[in-house]
Amino acid sequence: MVYQADPLEDDLQPLTMRDAWAAHLSDLVDADPRLAVVLADISSDMFTDAMKAHPDRVINVGIREQLLIGAAGGLALAGMRPVAHTYAPFLIERAFEQVKLDFEHQGTSGVLVTVGASYDWAEGSFTHFSPRDVALFDTLPGWRVFVPGHAAEVPPLLDRAVQAEDGVYIRLSLRHNENPYAVPDGKLLVLREGKRATVAVVGPLLDNVLEATADLDVTVAYTNTPRPLDTAGLRELAAETGDAIVVVEPYLEGTSAWLVSRAYEDRPHRLLSLGVGREELRRYGTAAEHERLHGLDAEGIRARVRAFLA
Amino acid sequence: MMLSMDTTFEQVRELALRSVTDVRYPIVKTYTLDALWVLYDRVLRVDPNRPDDPDRDRFLLSKGHGPSAFYAVLAAKGFFPAAWLDGIATLESRLGSHPDATLIPGVEMSAGSLGHGLPLAVGTAHGLRATGRTGSRVFVLVGDAELDEGSNHEAIAYAGALGLANLDVIVADNDSASHGWPGGIASRFEVNGWSAATVDATDHEALYRSFTTAHPDRPHVTVAAYRP
Repeated sequence: MVYQADPLEDDLQPLTMRDAWAAHLSDLVDADPRLAVVLADISSDMFTDAMKAHPDRVINVGIREQLLIGAAGGLALAGMRPVAHTYAPFLIERAFEQVKLDFEHQGTSGVLVTVGASYDWAEGSFTHFSPRDVALFDTLPGWRVFVPGHAAEVPPLLDRAVQAEDGVYIRLSLRHNENPYAVPDGKLLVLREGKRATVAVVGPLLDNVLEATADLDVTVAYTNTPRPLDTAGLRELAAETGDAIVVVEPYLEGTSAWLVSRAYEDRPHRLLSLGVGREELRRYGTAAEHERLHGLDAEGIRARVRAFLA
Repeated sequence: MMLSMDTTFEQVRELALRSVTDVRYPIVKTYTLDALWVLYDRVLRVDPNRPDDPDRDRFLLSKGHGPSAFYAVLAAKGFFPAAWLDGIATLESRLGSHPDATLIPGVEMSAGSLGHGLPLAVGTAHGLRATGRTGSRVFVLVGDAELDEGSNHEAIAYAGALGLANLDVIVADNDSASHGWPGGIASRFEVNGWSAATVDATDHEALYRSFTTAHPDRPHVTVAAYRP
Protein backbone atom coordinates (compact mmCIF):
# COMPACT_ATOMS: atom_id res chain seq x y z
CA MET A 1 0.00 0.00 0.00
CA VAL A 2 1.36 3.41 -0.96
CA TYR A 3 0.28 6.47 0.92
CA GLN A 4 -0.04 9.44 -1.39
CA ALA A 5 0.63 12.04 1.25
CA ASP A 6 1.88 12.15 4.79
CA PRO A 7 -0.63 14.17 6.82
CA LEU A 8 2.11 15.01 9.28
CA GLU A 9 4.13 16.94 6.73
CA ASP A 10 3.62 20.68 6.59
CA ASP A 11 4.60 22.57 3.45
CA LEU A 12 4.71 25.81 5.39
CA GLN A 13 7.22 24.63 7.99
CA PRO A 14 10.76 23.77 6.92
CA LEU A 15 11.24 22.02 10.26
CA THR A 16 8.27 20.61 12.17
CA MET A 17 8.25 19.69 15.85
CA ARG A 18 8.32 16.06 14.78
CA ASP A 19 11.40 16.66 12.60
CA ALA A 20 13.16 18.36 15.51
CA TRP A 21 12.17 15.58 17.89
CA ALA A 22 13.32 12.74 15.62
CA ALA A 23 16.66 14.37 14.81
CA HIS A 24 17.46 15.17 18.43
CA LEU A 25 16.28 11.80 19.72
CA SER A 26 18.50 10.02 17.20
CA ASP A 27 21.48 11.98 18.56
CA LEU A 28 20.51 11.20 22.15
CA VAL A 29 20.19 7.49 21.42
CA ASP A 30 23.72 7.47 20.02
CA ALA A 31 25.03 9.09 23.19
CA ASP A 32 23.00 7.38 25.92
CA PRO A 33 23.04 3.55 26.12
CA ARG A 34 20.15 3.61 28.58
CA LEU A 35 17.80 5.24 26.08
CA ALA A 36 15.42 3.19 23.91
CA VAL A 37 12.87 4.16 21.25
CA VAL A 38 9.73 2.15 20.45
CA LEU A 39 7.74 2.98 17.32
CA ALA A 40 4.56 1.63 15.76
CA ASP A 41 5.22 2.41 12.08
CA ILE A 42 4.33 6.10 12.49
CA SER A 43 7.54 8.13 11.98
CA SER A 44 9.63 4.96 11.63
CA ASP A 45 11.14 6.29 8.38
CA MET A 46 12.75 9.05 10.44
CA PHE A 47 14.72 6.48 12.46
CA THR A 48 16.08 4.24 9.70
CA ASP A 49 19.72 4.87 10.57
CA ALA A 50 19.11 4.72 14.32
CA MET A 51 17.35 1.35 13.97
CA LYS A 52 20.31 -0.05 12.05
CA ALA A 53 22.80 1.29 14.59
CA HIS A 54 20.82 0.15 17.65
CA PRO A 55 18.60 -2.80 16.68
CA ASP A 56 17.59 -3.62 20.28
CA ARG A 57 17.17 -0.03 21.43
CA VAL A 58 15.35 1.51 18.47
CA ILE A 59 12.54 -0.84 17.45
CA ASN A 60 9.46 -0.68 15.27
CA VAL A 61 6.74 -3.12 16.37
CA GLY A 62 4.47 -2.41 13.41
CA ILE A 63 0.87 -1.26 13.77
CA ARG A 64 0.55 -2.68 17.29
CA GLU A 65 -0.23 -0.05 19.91
CA GLN A 66 -0.73 -2.43 22.83
CA LEU A 67 2.68 -3.93 22.12
CA LEU A 68 4.11 -0.42 21.64
CA ILE A 69 3.40 0.45 25.27
CA GLY A 70 3.94 -3.06 26.61
CA ALA A 71 7.38 -3.33 24.99
CA ALA A 72 8.27 0.15 26.26
CA GLY A 73 7.19 -0.96 29.74
CA GLY A 74 9.34 -4.08 29.41
CA LEU A 75 12.36 -2.00 28.40
CA ALA A 76 11.76 0.06 31.54
CA LEU A 77 11.64 -3.15 33.61
CA ALA A 78 15.05 -4.00 32.14
CA GLY A 79 16.40 -0.66 33.38
CA MET A 80 16.12 1.37 30.18
CA ARG A 81 14.53 4.79 29.64
CA PRO A 82 12.02 4.11 26.85
CA VAL A 83 10.56 6.69 24.48
CA ALA A 84 7.36 5.42 22.83
CA HIS A 85 5.71 7.25 19.96
CA THR A 86 2.73 7.25 17.65
CA TYR A 87 -0.39 9.24 16.88
CA ALA A 88 -1.95 10.63 20.06
CA PRO A 89 -5.32 8.81 19.95
CA PHE A 90 -3.64 5.45 19.36
CA LEU A 91 -1.01 5.85 22.03
CA ILE A 92 -3.01 7.55 24.79
CA GLU A 93 -6.59 6.45 24.26
CA ARG A 94 -6.35 3.09 22.54
CA ALA A 95 -3.57 1.80 24.77
CA PHE A 96 -4.45 3.67 27.94
CA GLU A 97 -4.70 0.57 30.15
CA GLN A 98 -1.18 -0.30 29.04
CA VAL A 99 -0.04 3.20 30.04
CA LYS A 100 -1.65 2.71 33.43
CA LEU A 101 -0.51 -0.85 34.17
CA ASP A 102 2.71 -1.28 32.18
CA PHE A 103 4.32 1.79 33.75
CA GLU A 104 2.58 3.07 36.88
CA HIS A 105 1.53 -0.28 38.31
CA GLN A 106 4.98 -1.75 37.59
CA GLY A 107 6.64 1.13 39.43
CA THR A 108 8.42 2.28 36.27
CA SER A 109 8.07 5.19 33.88
CA GLY A 110 8.88 6.33 30.38
CA VAL A 111 8.56 9.10 27.85
CA LEU A 112 5.52 9.11 25.55
CA VAL A 113 5.62 11.35 22.49
CA THR A 114 2.67 11.90 20.20
CA VAL A 115 1.76 13.69 17.01
CA GLY A 116 -1.66 14.67 15.76
CA ALA A 117 -2.69 16.83 18.74
CA SER A 118 -6.31 18.04 18.77
CA TYR A 119 -7.03 18.62 15.06
CA ASP A 120 -3.72 18.69 13.15
CA TRP A 121 -4.95 16.43 10.39
CA ALA A 122 -8.40 17.97 10.07
CA GLU A 123 -8.93 16.21 6.74
CA GLY A 124 -8.61 12.93 8.64
CA SER A 125 -11.29 13.91 11.16
CA PHE A 126 -11.99 12.63 14.64
CA THR A 127 -10.24 9.25 14.34
CA HIS A 128 -6.94 11.15 14.41
CA PHE A 129 -7.83 13.83 16.97
CA SER A 130 -6.90 13.57 20.63
CA PRO A 131 -8.16 16.64 22.52
CA ARG A 132 -8.73 14.55 25.68
CA ASP A 133 -5.18 13.27 26.12
CA VAL A 134 -3.93 15.68 28.79
CA ALA A 135 -7.13 15.19 30.81
CA LEU A 136 -6.39 11.45 30.79
CA PHE A 137 -2.86 12.03 32.08
CA ASP A 138 -4.40 14.03 34.91
CA THR A 139 -5.92 10.76 36.13
CA LEU A 140 -2.41 9.29 36.58
CA PRO A 141 -0.13 10.38 39.42
CA GLY A 142 3.14 12.13 38.71
CA TRP A 143 3.18 12.43 34.93
CA ARG A 144 4.64 15.61 33.50
CA VAL A 145 3.17 17.04 30.32
CA PHE A 146 5.19 19.09 27.83
CA VAL A 147 3.43 20.94 25.00
CA PRO A 148 5.96 22.81 22.85
CA GLY A 149 4.81 25.82 20.85
CA HIS A 150 7.62 25.75 18.30
CA ALA A 151 10.04 23.20 16.84
CA ALA A 152 12.99 24.94 18.50
CA GLU A 153 11.42 24.33 21.92
CA VAL A 154 11.43 20.56 21.35
CA PRO A 155 15.11 19.61 21.87
CA PRO A 156 15.48 21.19 25.34
CA LEU A 157 12.14 19.70 26.43
CA LEU A 158 13.22 16.29 25.15
CA ASP A 159 16.49 16.59 27.08
CA ARG A 160 14.52 17.24 30.26
CA ALA A 161 12.11 14.40 29.55
CA VAL A 162 14.86 11.87 28.97
CA GLN A 163 16.75 12.91 32.10
CA ALA A 164 13.67 12.89 34.32
CA GLU A 165 12.78 9.93 36.52
CA ASP A 166 9.02 10.48 36.20
CA GLY A 167 6.79 9.70 33.28
CA VAL A 168 6.69 12.47 30.70
CA TYR A 169 4.15 13.05 27.95
CA ILE A 170 5.31 15.25 25.05
CA ARG A 171 2.53 16.47 22.81
CA LEU A 172 3.84 17.55 19.39
CA SER A 173 1.71 19.49 16.93
CA LEU A 174 1.84 21.03 13.49
CA ARG A 175 0.24 24.12 15.03
CA HIS A 176 2.98 26.46 16.22
CA ASN A 177 3.90 29.99 17.16
CA GLU A 178 6.10 32.17 15.00
CA ASN A 179 8.90 32.29 17.54
CA PRO A 180 10.16 29.87 20.19
CA TYR A 181 10.40 30.88 23.83
CA ALA A 182 12.80 29.70 26.51
CA VAL A 183 10.55 28.99 29.48
CA PRO A 184 12.25 28.85 32.87
CA ASP A 185 12.05 25.31 34.26
CA GLY A 186 8.48 24.61 35.28
CA LYS A 187 7.52 28.30 35.48
CA LEU A 188 5.17 30.61 33.65
CA LEU A 189 6.97 33.06 31.35
CA VAL A 190 5.43 36.54 31.55
CA LEU A 191 5.27 38.15 28.10
CA ARG A 192 2.99 41.06 28.80
CA GLU A 193 1.74 42.75 31.98
CA GLY A 194 -1.73 44.16 32.59
CA LYS A 195 -4.21 44.77 35.38
CA ARG A 196 -7.58 43.19 34.57
CA ALA A 197 -6.83 39.49 34.12
CA THR A 198 -3.98 36.99 33.91
CA VAL A 199 -4.10 34.94 30.71
CA ALA A 200 -2.06 31.73 30.95
CA VAL A 201 -1.60 30.07 27.55
CA VAL A 202 -0.16 26.67 26.72
CA GLY A 203 2.02 25.87 23.69
CA PRO A 204 0.95 26.61 20.13
CA LEU A 205 -1.97 28.94 20.98
CA LEU A 206 0.34 31.72 22.23
CA ASP A 207 0.38 33.76 19.01
CA ASN A 208 -3.42 33.71 18.85
CA VAL A 209 -3.59 34.92 22.45
CA LEU A 210 -1.04 37.69 21.88
CA GLU A 211 -3.02 38.91 18.86
CA ALA A 212 -6.35 38.56 20.64
CA THR A 213 -5.23 40.58 23.66
CA ALA A 214 -2.97 43.12 21.93
CA ASP A 215 -4.98 46.11 23.14
CA LEU A 216 -6.46 44.56 26.28
CA ASP A 217 -5.17 45.41 29.75
CA VAL A 218 -4.18 41.85 30.69
CA THR A 219 -1.12 39.91 31.75
CA VAL A 220 -0.11 37.16 29.32
CA ALA A 221 2.00 34.28 30.59
CA TYR A 222 3.21 31.34 28.52
CA THR A 223 4.15 27.78 29.36
CA ASN A 224 5.13 24.71 27.37
CA THR A 225 5.28 22.54 30.51
CA PRO A 226 1.64 22.54 31.70
CA ARG A 227 2.16 19.60 34.08
CA PRO A 228 3.01 20.20 36.75
CA LEU A 229 1.17 23.49 36.31
CA ASP A 230 2.91 26.48 37.92
CA THR A 231 -0.11 27.38 40.07
CA ALA A 232 2.06 29.25 42.58
CA GLY A 233 3.29 31.49 39.78
CA LEU A 234 -0.23 31.86 38.47
CA ARG A 235 -1.49 32.98 41.88
CA GLU A 236 1.31 35.52 42.14
CA LEU A 237 0.45 37.02 38.75
CA ALA A 238 -3.30 36.87 39.32
CA ALA A 239 -2.95 38.68 42.65
CA GLU A 240 -2.06 41.77 40.57
CA THR A 241 -5.08 41.33 38.27
CA GLY A 242 -7.92 40.99 40.75
CA ASP A 243 -7.68 37.18 40.78
CA ALA A 244 -9.28 37.06 37.34
CA ILE A 245 -7.72 34.21 35.37
CA VAL A 246 -8.02 32.95 31.80
CA VAL A 247 -6.45 29.60 30.88
CA VAL A 248 -6.07 28.92 27.16
CA GLU A 249 -5.02 25.37 26.30
CA PRO A 250 -4.85 23.56 22.94
CA TYR A 251 -6.71 20.50 24.24
CA LEU A 252 -10.03 19.82 25.96
CA GLU A 253 -11.56 22.98 27.40
CA GLY A 254 -11.35 23.05 31.18
CA THR A 255 -8.58 20.45 31.45
CA SER A 256 -6.64 22.62 33.91
CA ALA A 257 -9.62 24.10 35.75
CA TRP A 258 -9.36 21.60 38.62
CA LEU A 259 -5.75 22.62 39.29
CA VAL A 260 -6.62 26.33 39.37
CA SER A 261 -9.56 25.57 41.63
CA ARG A 262 -7.36 23.55 43.98
CA ALA A 263 -4.81 26.39 44.12
CA TYR A 264 -7.56 28.78 45.20
CA GLU A 265 -9.15 26.87 48.07
CA ASP A 266 -8.43 29.85 50.34
CA ARG A 267 -9.26 32.74 48.04
CA PRO A 268 -12.13 33.77 45.73
CA HIS A 269 -11.23 33.95 42.05
CA ARG A 270 -12.80 34.04 38.60
CA LEU A 271 -11.74 31.59 35.90
CA LEU A 272 -12.41 31.47 32.16
CA SER A 273 -11.33 28.20 30.54
CA LEU A 274 -10.70 28.21 26.81
CA GLY A 275 -9.83 25.08 24.89
CA VAL A 276 -11.07 22.50 22.44
CA GLY A 277 -14.80 21.73 22.62
CA ARG A 278 -16.10 18.45 23.96
CA GLU A 279 -18.32 17.63 20.99
CA GLU A 280 -17.19 16.18 17.68
CA LEU A 281 -17.53 18.74 14.92
CA ARG A 282 -18.01 16.12 12.21
CA ARG A 283 -16.33 18.48 9.74
CA TYR A 284 -13.22 18.17 7.60
CA GLY A 285 -11.19 21.14 6.37
CA THR A 286 -7.95 22.52 7.78
CA ALA A 287 -6.50 22.74 11.28
CA ALA A 288 -6.81 26.53 11.14
CA GLU A 289 -10.49 26.16 10.34
CA HIS A 290 -11.01 23.77 13.25
CA GLU A 291 -9.20 26.20 15.51
CA ARG A 292 -11.67 28.88 14.46
CA LEU A 293 -14.69 26.60 14.99
CA HIS A 294 -13.49 25.86 18.53
CA GLY A 295 -13.17 29.59 19.17
CA LEU A 296 -9.40 29.36 19.51
CA ASP A 297 -8.37 31.71 16.71
CA ALA A 298 -7.47 35.27 17.74
CA GLU A 299 -10.98 36.53 17.06
CA GLY A 300 -12.68 33.81 19.07
CA ILE A 301 -10.32 34.16 22.03
CA ARG A 302 -10.69 37.94 21.97
CA ALA A 303 -14.48 37.77 22.02
CA ARG A 304 -14.60 35.49 25.06
CA VAL A 305 -11.88 37.33 26.97
CA ARG A 306 -13.65 40.66 26.39
CA ALA A 307 -16.94 39.21 27.62
CA PHE A 308 -15.11 37.87 30.68
CA LEU A 309 -13.66 41.33 31.40
CA ALA A 310 -16.94 43.16 30.85
CA MET B 1 8.98 -23.28 58.31
CA MET B 2 12.37 -22.66 56.75
CA LEU B 3 12.90 -24.73 53.66
CA SER B 4 16.27 -26.04 52.64
CA MET B 5 17.92 -26.53 49.28
CA ASP B 6 16.47 -29.99 48.88
CA THR B 7 12.84 -29.05 49.31
CA THR B 8 10.66 -31.61 47.64
CA PHE B 9 7.81 -30.99 45.27
CA GLU B 10 5.40 -32.39 47.86
CA GLN B 11 6.53 -29.76 50.38
CA VAL B 12 5.93 -27.02 47.84
CA ARG B 13 2.50 -28.40 47.10
CA GLU B 14 1.71 -28.21 50.82
CA LEU B 15 2.77 -24.57 50.82
CA ALA B 16 0.56 -23.86 47.84
CA LEU B 17 -2.42 -25.48 49.52
CA ARG B 18 -1.68 -23.56 52.70
CA SER B 19 -2.13 -20.31 50.82
CA VAL B 20 -5.17 -21.52 48.91
CA THR B 21 -7.18 -21.89 52.07
CA ASP B 22 -6.60 -18.27 52.93
CA VAL B 23 -7.28 -16.73 49.57
CA ARG B 24 -10.75 -15.45 48.96
CA TYR B 25 -10.29 -15.57 45.23
CA PRO B 26 -12.92 -18.07 44.07
CA ILE B 27 -11.01 -20.01 41.41
CA VAL B 28 -7.59 -20.46 42.92
CA LYS B 29 -5.89 -23.41 41.33
CA THR B 30 -2.44 -24.85 41.53
CA TYR B 31 -2.19 -26.47 38.11
CA THR B 32 0.78 -24.24 37.28
CA LEU B 33 2.75 -25.57 40.26
CA ASP B 34 4.65 -28.27 38.33
CA ALA B 35 5.84 -25.90 35.63
CA LEU B 36 6.79 -23.21 38.13
CA TRP B 37 8.66 -25.65 40.34
CA VAL B 38 10.69 -27.11 37.49
CA LEU B 39 11.47 -23.60 36.31
CA TYR B 40 12.63 -22.27 39.67
CA ASP B 41 14.24 -25.50 40.86
CA ARG B 42 16.20 -26.40 37.76
CA VAL B 43 16.17 -23.74 35.05
CA LEU B 44 16.04 -20.10 36.13
CA ARG B 45 19.23 -18.37 37.22
CA VAL B 46 17.80 -16.35 40.09
CA ASP B 47 19.13 -15.84 43.60
CA PRO B 48 16.86 -14.97 46.55
CA ASN B 49 19.83 -13.23 48.17
CA ARG B 50 20.24 -11.01 45.13
CA PRO B 51 16.74 -10.66 43.68
CA ASP B 52 17.74 -7.51 41.75
CA ASP B 53 20.90 -8.90 40.15
CA PRO B 54 20.82 -7.30 36.67
CA ASP B 55 22.19 -10.47 35.10
CA ARG B 56 19.44 -12.72 36.47
CA ASP B 57 16.89 -14.51 34.32
CA ARG B 58 13.42 -13.00 34.45
CA PHE B 59 10.17 -14.83 35.08
CA LEU B 60 7.00 -12.83 34.43
CA LEU B 61 3.77 -14.34 35.72
CA SER B 62 1.33 -12.75 33.32
CA LYS B 63 -1.62 -14.85 34.37
CA GLY B 64 -1.75 -13.24 37.79
CA HIS B 65 -5.07 -14.72 38.84
CA GLY B 66 -4.78 -17.31 41.59
CA PRO B 67 -1.06 -17.00 42.24
CA SER B 68 -0.91 -19.58 45.05
CA ALA B 69 1.50 -21.83 43.19
CA PHE B 70 3.78 -18.90 42.39
CA TYR B 71 3.84 -17.71 45.99
CA ALA B 72 4.56 -21.21 47.22
CA VAL B 73 7.52 -21.62 44.88
CA LEU B 74 8.96 -18.21 45.81
CA ALA B 75 8.59 -19.05 49.51
CA ALA B 76 10.16 -22.46 49.03
CA LYS B 77 13.10 -20.84 47.26
CA GLY B 78 13.56 -18.33 50.06
CA PHE B 79 12.46 -15.10 48.39
CA PHE B 80 10.25 -14.43 51.42
CA PRO B 81 9.31 -16.28 54.61
CA ALA B 82 6.69 -19.03 54.35
CA ALA B 83 4.76 -17.21 57.07
CA TRP B 84 3.80 -14.65 54.43
CA LEU B 85 1.53 -17.33 52.98
CA ASP B 86 -0.82 -16.94 55.93
CA GLY B 87 -3.42 -14.22 55.71
CA ILE B 88 -3.01 -13.62 52.01
CA ALA B 89 -4.98 -10.70 50.58
CA THR B 90 -5.64 -9.16 53.98
CA LEU B 91 -4.83 -5.52 54.55
CA GLU B 92 -1.46 -6.20 56.18
CA SER B 93 -0.33 -8.87 53.70
CA ARG B 94 2.21 -8.22 50.96
CA LEU B 95 0.70 -11.09 49.01
CA GLY B 96 -2.65 -10.56 47.32
CA SER B 97 -4.93 -12.25 44.86
CA HIS B 98 -2.82 -10.55 42.19
CA PRO B 99 0.93 -10.15 42.79
CA ASP B 100 2.41 -6.65 43.10
CA ALA B 101 6.05 -6.54 42.01
CA THR B 102 6.74 -3.50 44.16
CA LEU B 103 5.74 -5.41 47.31
CA ILE B 104 7.23 -8.89 46.85
CA PRO B 105 10.92 -9.78 46.42
CA GLY B 106 11.46 -11.92 43.35
CA VAL B 107 8.30 -10.85 41.55
CA GLU B 108 9.23 -9.20 38.25
CA MET B 109 5.80 -8.01 37.14
CA SER B 110 2.65 -6.73 38.79
CA ALA B 111 -0.12 -8.78 37.21
CA GLY B 112 -3.84 -9.34 37.29
CA SER B 113 -5.15 -7.76 34.10
CA LEU B 114 -4.73 -10.31 31.32
CA GLY B 115 -2.61 -9.78 28.24
CA HIS B 116 0.11 -7.56 29.68
CA GLY B 117 2.93 -10.03 30.41
CA LEU B 118 3.90 -11.10 26.92
CA PRO B 119 4.31 -7.54 25.57
CA LEU B 120 6.27 -6.60 28.71
CA ALA B 121 8.44 -9.69 28.21
CA VAL B 122 9.17 -8.65 24.61
CA GLY B 123 10.43 -5.29 25.84
CA THR B 124 12.43 -6.88 28.65
CA ALA B 125 14.03 -9.31 26.17
CA HIS B 126 15.05 -6.38 23.96
CA GLY B 127 16.36 -4.50 26.98
CA LEU B 128 18.52 -7.41 28.14
CA ARG B 129 20.00 -7.77 24.69
CA ALA B 130 20.56 -4.02 24.39
CA THR B 131 22.49 -3.95 27.67
CA GLY B 132 24.67 -6.87 26.66
CA ARG B 133 23.07 -9.37 29.05
CA THR B 134 23.03 -12.03 26.39
CA GLY B 135 23.06 -14.84 28.93
CA SER B 136 19.83 -13.72 30.57
CA ARG B 137 16.55 -15.24 29.47
CA VAL B 138 12.97 -14.04 29.86
CA PHE B 139 10.23 -16.55 30.68
CA VAL B 140 6.59 -15.49 30.74
CA LEU B 141 3.66 -17.65 31.80
CA VAL B 142 0.26 -17.04 30.22
CA GLY B 143 -3.01 -18.97 30.41
CA ASP B 144 -4.75 -20.51 27.41
CA ALA B 145 -7.80 -18.31 28.05
CA GLU B 146 -5.52 -15.32 28.52
CA LEU B 147 -4.43 -15.86 24.92
CA ASP B 148 -7.85 -14.53 23.92
CA GLU B 149 -6.45 -11.06 24.58
CA GLY B 150 -5.28 -9.56 21.29
CA SER B 151 -2.23 -7.95 22.88
CA ASN B 152 -0.66 -11.43 23.06
CA HIS B 153 -1.00 -11.87 19.32
CA GLU B 154 0.65 -8.52 18.68
CA ALA B 155 3.59 -9.80 20.73
CA ILE B 156 3.64 -13.32 19.24
CA ALA B 157 3.77 -12.00 15.67
CA TYR B 158 6.45 -9.44 16.49
CA ALA B 159 8.70 -11.69 18.59
CA GLY B 160 8.57 -14.37 15.91
CA ALA B 161 9.44 -11.92 13.14
CA LEU B 162 12.34 -10.53 15.18
CA GLY B 163 13.59 -13.94 16.28
CA LEU B 164 13.80 -12.94 19.95
CA ALA B 165 15.73 -16.02 21.02
CA ASN B 166 16.03 -14.99 24.69
CA LEU B 167 12.23 -15.17 25.07
CA ASP B 168 10.37 -18.25 26.32
CA VAL B 169 6.62 -18.47 26.77
CA ILE B 170 4.85 -21.06 28.89
CA VAL B 171 1.16 -21.49 28.14
CA ALA B 172 -0.64 -23.04 31.12
CA ASP B 173 -3.33 -24.77 29.12
CA ASN B 174 -6.25 -26.04 31.17
CA ASP B 175 -8.62 -25.83 28.22
CA SER B 176 -10.45 -22.84 29.62
CA ALA B 177 -10.59 -20.54 26.55
CA SER B 178 -14.28 -19.95 25.81
CA HIS B 179 -13.90 -20.52 22.08
CA GLY B 180 -10.92 -22.86 22.13
CA TRP B 181 -7.87 -22.84 19.89
CA PRO B 182 -8.65 -24.83 16.72
CA GLY B 183 -5.49 -26.42 15.39
CA GLY B 184 -3.84 -26.29 18.79
CA ILE B 185 -2.11 -23.53 20.70
CA ALA B 186 1.40 -24.46 19.54
CA SER B 187 0.45 -23.89 15.91
CA ARG B 188 -0.62 -20.36 16.76
CA PHE B 189 3.01 -19.66 17.69
CA GLU B 190 4.65 -21.83 15.02
CA VAL B 191 2.95 -19.95 12.18
CA ASN B 192 4.90 -16.90 13.36
CA GLY B 193 8.19 -18.76 13.33
CA TRP B 194 8.40 -19.85 16.96
CA SER B 195 9.92 -23.07 18.20
CA ALA B 196 7.19 -24.99 20.07
CA ALA B 197 6.63 -28.03 22.25
CA THR B 198 3.43 -29.36 23.82
CA VAL B 199 3.94 -31.36 27.00
CA ASP B 200 1.98 -32.84 29.90
CA ALA B 201 1.72 -30.10 32.52
CA THR B 202 2.59 -32.57 35.29
CA ASP B 203 5.55 -34.29 33.58
CA HIS B 204 8.59 -32.66 35.15
CA GLU B 205 11.13 -34.20 32.78
CA ALA B 206 9.16 -33.15 29.71
CA LEU B 207 8.77 -29.63 31.11
CA TYR B 208 12.49 -29.47 31.84
CA ARG B 209 13.39 -30.65 28.35
CA SER B 210 11.18 -28.02 26.76
CA PHE B 211 12.41 -25.23 29.05
CA THR B 212 16.00 -26.08 28.13
CA THR B 213 15.46 -26.70 24.42
CA ALA B 214 18.02 -24.85 22.32
CA HIS B 215 16.40 -22.19 20.13
CA PRO B 216 19.27 -19.95 19.08
CA ASP B 217 17.44 -17.94 16.42
CA ARG B 218 13.81 -17.78 17.55
CA PRO B 219 11.59 -17.64 20.64
CA HIS B 220 10.22 -20.84 22.14
CA VAL B 221 6.83 -21.75 23.56
CA THR B 222 6.03 -24.60 25.93
CA VAL B 223 2.36 -25.50 25.92
CA ALA B 224 1.84 -27.23 29.27
CA ALA B 225 -1.42 -29.11 28.77
CA TYR B 226 -3.28 -29.89 31.99
CA ARG B 227 -5.98 -32.51 31.45
CA PRO B 228 -6.77 -34.15 34.81
